[in-house]
Amino acid sequence: MAAGVAAWLPFARAAAIGWMPVANLPMPVAPAEKNKRQDELIVLNVSGRRFQTWRNTLDRYPDTLLGSSEKEFFYNEETKEYFFDRDPDVFRSVLNFYRTGKLHYPRYECISSYDEELAFFGIVPEIIGDCCYEEYKDRKRENAERLMDDQEDNKDAKLPNMTFRETMWRAFENPHTSTMALVFYYVTGFFIAVSVITNVVETVPCGSVPNQKEVPCGERYTVAFFCMDTACVMIFTVEYLMRLFAAPSRYRFMRSVMSIIDVVAILPYYIGLVMTDNEDVSGAFVTLRVFRVFRIFKFSRHSQGLRILGYTLKSCASELGFLLFSLTMAIIIFATVMFYAEKGSSSSKFTSIPASFWYTIVTMTTLGYGDMVPKTIAGKIFGSICSLSGVLVIALPVPVIVSNFSRIYHQNQRADKRRAQKKARLARIRISKTGSSSAFLHSKRNGLFNEALELTGSTEDEKRLSKSTSLLESQHHHLLHCLEKTTVSAHTLELALCHNNILNHEFVDEQYYQQSYLEGGLQNYPSRSPSLSSQDGVTGTCCTRRTKKHHTPLPNASAPAHMQPLTHTHTHPQGLQELSTIHIQPLSTSRSSLNMRVDEPAPLNCQSSQITTAIISIPTPPVTTPEGDAHLPAGPTHQNVVKVSAL
Amino acid sequence: MLNAIWETEGLQTVGIVVLVFASIKLLHLLGLISFSEDSVEDELELSAVRHRPEGLEQLEAQTRFSRKELQILYRGFKNECPSGVVNEDTFKDIYSQFFPQGDASTYAHFLFNAFDTDHNGSVSFEDFVMGLSILLRGTVQEKLNWAFNLYDINKDGYITKEEMLDIMKAIYDMMGKCTYPVLKEETPRQHVEVFFQKMDKNKDGVVTIDEFIDCCQNDENIMRSMHLFENVL
Repeated sequence: MAAGVAAWLPFARAAAIGWMPVANLPMPVAPAEKNKRQDELIVLNVSGRRFQTWRNTLDRYPDTLLGSSEKEFFYNEETKEYFFDRDPDVFRSVLNFYRTGKLHYPRYECISSYDEELAFFGIVPEIIGDCCYEEYKDRKRENAERLMDDQEDNKDAKLPNMTFRETMWRAFENPHTSTMALVFYYVTGFFIAVSVITNVVETVPCGSVPNQKEVPCGERYTVAFFCMDTACVMIFTVEYLMRLFAAPSRYRFMRSVMSIIDVVAILPYYIGLVMTDNEDVSGAFVTLRVFRVFRIFKFSRHSQGLRILGYTLKSCASELGFLLFSLTMAIIIFATVMFYAEKGSSSSKFTSIPASFWYTIVTMTTLGYGDMVPKTIAGKIFGSICSLSGVLVIALPVPVIVSNFSRIYHQNQRADKRRAQKKARLARIRISKTGSSSAFLHSKRNGLFNEALELTGSTEDEKRLSKSTSLLESQHHHLLHCLEKTTVSAHTLELALCHNNILNHEFVDEQYYQQSYLEGGLQNYPSRSPSLSSQDGVTGTCCTRRTKKHHTPLPNASAPAHMQPLTHTHTHPQGLQELSTIHIQPLSTSRSSLNMRVDEPAPLNCQSSQITTAIISIPTPPVTTPEGDAHLPAGPTHQNVVKVSAL
Repeated sequence: MLNAIWETEGLQTVGIVVLVFASIKLLHLLGLISFSEDSVEDELELSAVRHRPEGLEQLEAQTRFSRKELQILYRGFKNECPSGVVNEDTFKDIYSQFFPQGDASTYAHFLFNAFDTDHNGSVSFEDFVMGLSILLRGTVQEKLNWAFNLYDINKDGYITKEEMLDIMKAIYDMMGKCTYPVLKEETPRQHVEVFFQKMDKNKDGVVTIDEFIDCCQNDENIMRSMHLFENVL
């Protein structure tokens, strides 16, 4: 039932009294109107703009957000209104839907934002009224096409494992994918041009032998032209065979237009080879040479404009058909009339109706050769009508074809432009992404500071740090940190016990990842530690390149941290993590300079210039030694863990 | 020889005649001349009938609705008929929306006539509200009176079998085809027979208003159903 007439339901029910005297059976009991309240106004606050409507209006469509109890989630107790943080302009259309029962699509609105709003309010777009539905569908289709275009471009991305055949096919279809393809593309183009020019020049009369008539060049330099022709045909044949080999679906390839053109282009040559000795068919052979001109169509692989033209003609087939049909009709009519009009005049060229066809065509297309001219007055009258109508008949379907061509052409232009811009867009997106990830790694360092400071309660540094990250960011970083801590690898656990190295997985930047990947993973650390004494600290080298990293000496549980030249430690008496940061990066302008006592890095052999290390050492009970001896008793609490991470 | 001359002459005449006709048609198309009066386009637009109801106080006095109820009724009325009056087609349209399975147009036609008390072809808000007042807030006598008025199609004071049959068919039409058990052709007729047997006391083939009211007041079912819709608004 249309909700718009919900207001008339009382009337319909009242009118049912008209059935009562007629009814044989007793009527069912009417539903009790429990909780019948008076209709009240409700206020909908959409991003500050207040809309008011009757509650009953919204109840008309109970399967939408506003009509159901879902809106109670948005009820604001203090202001006694429903607050939606959405676009108020689109909400106007949504509310009008409740009021009038018809959903309208405003033309100035972006289609995807409109769709999103409708989805939010639980309204199905199919109920858009007829007045706006077509516009909506058109816009949606356009948008979908655009998105599809973008997605298609992604398909060009090179798949890592392509067979030779696939590579070849790709090279043929997109010459820009590799240099070889480009070379091939230009070479074939060149030979097509050569072939066409040869065919043309063949017929030009060259200088003649004095006592003979002019001979075309083809007959004078037969051998040269034959060689040229052979060369071109060889190239075309090889190309065709290669394409046939590389095609994913050979049957489909053979049926495609381009391959038919290829075949037609090279076939006359072979037929000619076969039939040269037979004099009778040489006439036919000469005719076959005409087909050589089809080689020029091979250029359509090279020119996008030609392809668009062909596509346009194909898509305007109905208009062209109409043009042809109406022209034919007009030609026949006018030819007949002209023939009978000119029948009387002497020495008339209009000898038959088909003969008059020629006159009609020439007149209707406003060519007017003048080889056939009407001489009688009637003929002249009809002739002028004929030429006027010809102009009209031809002018009518042409704009349709032109507009079609223009639309397709511009679509293509747009697609090309978008593809060109895409690279720049992707680069920008990548930059911003790396920005955010480096922000994490960056602030992780500061985050460590934060936690340490919170533990020690130093306020001034805290203030400095807290300015930098918003609550959202810091929570996000904490989350990533938790993830790091969770992913403990059993393998590294053991190694870490041996080498006091990295205990868990960590987020690192790309550079470091590449390096360590090349080195065979984070886990293969040269074991240098056993030789070191504890005074040197645990040399948990994470990589061979990194030397001179000093680590915290094992602090006694009770002793306060004492500083190494490059370290800064906080010890926490309760056995929580100690944090220390070694700032090694000479180029970094990061906030680790807040670490006051960090000297500028000692010369680093490490070739990666971006490595900053954070060292977390867990204070161990005094029993265990920090030496990099293997077989430390199990349990992370017993180790002196030195974790080196690159930031 | 002469034939040839006549041929050319004839064709010339034909040519000239064609030319003249074509130019006349062209001028006609351009609107410079017109042949007959019928072709002149009717400039008169259908002027929109607009109607404003009487004031709220008057309606309050005339009907048994409260102010609020009248407000609610008017809002619903105006929403569907912005011009202030309902014509028969709109009426049929609205009523049909409540009975999607069947064809409610015939019954809506009778209903329209019942509401349109002054028989001017359109139901204004006053007619509407008066009718509703009787149906929802009236006495049983008034309701029965209204029902009789509905059945009496030609408003002559008698319900004949034909009139009743029309009404019955209209009611059964509203049910539509998909019923269980399937409605047969003679069902309305049988129903009419039953009705007349009950109502027509003096067996004269027509039912008068008094017979009708008497009979209905004696029937418990009907009495009870009269009070069914009292809480509608």
